[in-house]
Amino acid sequence: MKVNGVERAAPDETRLLLSDHLRHELGLTGTHVGCEHGVCGCCTVLLDGAPVRSCLMLAVQAEGHEVTTIEGLARDGGALHPVQQAFHECHALQCGFCTPGFVMSVVGLLAQHPRPTEQEVEEGISGNLCRCTGYASIRRAVTRAAELNSSPLVGKYPPKAGDGA
Amino acid sequence: MTTRWFGSPVQRVEDDRLLRGKGRFTDDFDEGALECCFVRSPYAHARIKSIDATAARAMPGVVAVYTAAELPFGGVDLPLLIPHPNLTHGRTQRCLAAERVRYAGEAVAFVVAESRYLAEDAAELVDVDYDPLPVVITPEAALAAEHLVHDDVPGNVAAEMLQEVGDVEKALRAAPHSKRLKLRYERAAASPMEGRAVWARWSAGDRKLMVYDSTQSPTSIRGGLAVLFGLPESNVEVIAPDVGGGFGPKIMLFYPDELLVPYAAMQHGRPVKWTEDRQEHFTAVNQERGQVHEVEVGFDGDGRVLALSDDFIHDGGAYTPYGIILPIISAAQLPGPYRIPNYRVRFRDMYTNATPTSPYRGAGRPHACFVMERTLDAIAADLHLDRIEVRRRNLIQAGEFPYDVGVAWQDGNTVIYDSGDYPTLLDKAIAKLGPKPPGDNVGMGIGIYVEGTGVGPYEGAHVQVLVSGKVVAATGIPSQGQSHATVWAQVVADELGVDVGDVEVTSGDTRRFPWGVGTFASRGAVTAGNAMHVAARMVADKAKHIAADHLEAAVEDLELSGGAVRVKGSPDRGIPLGAVAVLSNPVRYAFGGGTEAATQFAAQPREGPPLRDGEQPGLEATGYYSPPGSTWASGCHAAYVRVDPKTFRLEILKYVVVHDCGRVINPLVLQGQIEGGVAQGIGGAFYERLAYDGDGQLRNASFMEFLMPYATEIPSIEIDHIETPSPLNPLGVKGAGEAGVIPVGAVLASAIEDATGMKITEMPLSPLKLYELSMLKK
Repeated sequence: MKVNGVERAAPDETRLLLSDHLRHELGLTGTHVGCEHGVCGCCTVLLDGAPVRSCLMLAVQAEGHEVTTIEGLARDGGALHPVQQAFHECHALQCGFCTPGFVMSVVGLLAQHPRPTEQEVEEGISGNLCRCTGYASIRRAVTRAAELNSSPLVGKYPPKAGDGA
Repeated sequence: MTTRWFGSPVQRVEDDRLLRGKGRFTDDFDEGALECCFVRSPYAHARIKSIDATAARAMPGVVAVYTAAELPFGGVDLPLLIPHPNLTHGRTQRCLAAERVRYAGEAVAFVVAESRYLAEDAAELVDVDYDPLPVVITPEAALAAEHLVHDDVPGNVAAEMLQEVGDVEKALRAAPHSKRLKLRYERAAASPMEGRAVWARWSAGDRKLMVYDSTQSPTSIRGGLAVLFGLPESNVEVIAPDVGGGFGPKIMLFYPDELLVPYAAMQHGRPVKWTEDRQEHFTAVNQERGQVHEVEVGFDGDGRVLALSDDFIHDGGAYTPYGIILPIISAAQLPGPYRIPNYRVRFRDMYTNATPTSPYRGAGRPHACFVMERTLDAIAADLHLDRIEVRRRNLIQAGEFPYDVGVAWQDGNTVIYDSGDYPTLLDKAIAKLGPKPPGDNVGMGIGIYVEGTGVGPYEGAHVQVLVSGKVVAATGIPSQGQSHATVWAQVVADELGVDVGDVEVTSGDTRRFPWGVGTFASRGAVTAGNAMHVAARMVADKAKHIAADHLEAAVEDLELSGGAVRVKGSPDRGIPLGAVAVLSNPVRYAFGGGTEAATQFAAQPREGPPLRDGEQPGLEATGYYSPPGSTWASGCHAAYVRVDPKTFRLEILKYVVVHDCGRVINPLVLQGQIEGGVAQGIGGAFYERLAYDGDGQLRNASFMEFLMPYATEIPSIEIDHIETPSPLNPLGVKGAGEAGVIPVGAVLASAIEDATGMKITEMPLSPLKLYELSMLKK
């Protein structure tokens, strides 16, 4: 599988969850685990550009696919991805635990709907739980991210389906 | 002091690493750690006949299986944190149960293995033979006392407390009107997105223990571990790294893992880690809110309360590790912003076969507020008066502060409100709420509350200017998302005249600041915030004294601005703070700009030894702040809702909050705290319910069935503020962390009652509950 653009070997242990593989084998601890039963969305990553729950997949199932995690969105020390930037500007994170999952979901949402309606925003984030913010700031951040995303100054993000990194 | 930063919506300095996935939460630490899994009781009440861990121990990859018998502290009762004379029958659990389990989820054995996967496999092989016993699951059943949770606690009563202000019996007899209500609030769960986790490493060579713990109180964990393991405190370091939400239950200590993980690390010479899974979080982490109140109120024809009597039972759970703080707070906060001339409150803290209780955001207040506000609505209904008018007639007025309620507060003093303006809160909220939206089945709800915040005993802070001119600051209490690093940087930056980006705050790391209490009771801004202010001011004074010699100016003619100590009125006469930091230390080295800048001042001869009596090297200071009493925040929430008459779906049409937490440090952060609190309140009022069955099993211990709200359930919230600065602390601040959640149950009950015409006497509600009520009505 390819993770954030880098070819990685699949794990030997078949039962290893993709979330555990990313976190504990590859050291990509930005993907968080909040429930391990696919409800909270903290572990959301992009699989071939589409948001998926990495706790509901075995790592071996990601063989032959491209996985993008939160660490793959912005270069170290480089500018934040527009979605990350929007979350910062709108105070759309407090403890930051659910944040990577939200950011990945919103990257997926904006790839599908670059100018989402209010209802598309609501639906796009309705698979992620946040216990700190009350969601209002996250809704504002999605709208802001769409603005930033359409700016020509912003690079190639978000990755298109199949782009992977 | 300039107030360049204080009060500004400064964007958070914490965000960058969290947004990049570079935060460091406890489970992110590894270093080849062994991993652990608990064996927990499946029964809510049972005698343990035997435990056989032979097969588990024999499994490849298993390093150890601990039961109580293998632990040197296996026979020790875990601490009772806050003893109280009225807690006559306090009981705490053991680290691992040996003879009896009293709630489903109580820890029985602890497996240490090469991986979590193997630890879970092995846990299934631990054979525990239980003899189930009858369970007591509701506080009412506890009071009936057909069965006992603890054989030596008669009637299941852990504590009883009676307080009276005035003469309630006399006033009730004399009152022209009176009414009785029975009101019920169920248990709730805080459910932070990150569960609990502990990682520990023992360095045998220098006998040092290092622990990462997703706790709200690393300083207390450190103190306890030092005593338990016979180490000087300086050999134990406890760090709360990034913590994924707390909301109360992470202030509880010690959970069994907080002892077992460090112990296992000391035994096996390798780091050891345990990370809770969501299912065990539902049963093993403390809960709150279960209370049943019986109210009698006497009032006059204008709706003024003349006497209020409340007798309530509190669902304490199986043990009382956190004392009786919760019912004490409920009893103290029940009168809220209202003048109650005669008030009597009795509570009994009941043992039940359920997870123990300790504060969850709001801590005793949402239920107290629910009782008071339901009572006022009932008075209004009886007298056919407007609900808002009844509240207005009972409010304490702005000129009445300090206001002594006369009942005991959690810090041992009586409740004395320091400042506030409740009528203005109400007026602004009503104005903001506006006219009722058109349509059927629409209701209005309102609730006003006060919140004792900023309880002592103290917090401290260390502030240092580095020779680079950058500032580092540290305090003992950790953040679980409250933006400590940003707001304290604002406080420090103002005192030192530096840019907020030049202040780096560390919180909750005993290596940087070993003293303190913890993050709870909306106390961070008041206690640690003022400690930051005190320490930064000490540093500023020290900088002025050092610079005065070199600038040949009087101390009182100096000010700190633009990163330098300057002579007032002569902006070109100044020394950069980094250079002052160099001058503060009469030992020279020559790296960096600060040292170079300092050399031009180095030739100033002065008499006596380089360090005079009482002087200390370094441009740094440690300051403490100990509040003389609590600061009392307040607020008014009001809402319009629509309830679908067929499906009983709730639609919140408008929700307004007017809030007063004294002076506001950062309005952006404050807005986030309130929005999040209201959302948690909405979840607790209408969606989340802990469904215990008669056997004491929590039947919905997953996010599939415990319905925490998503964005789809939470409306936009309109917020306004008033500021009545606290006269008790230099910054004039009060706490804000819990405010959002407190009145939400009361507001939604009031609104749903208004919309449906059905009497609401319990929390939580749900479409199903409303349907059941509608069937009763028919």
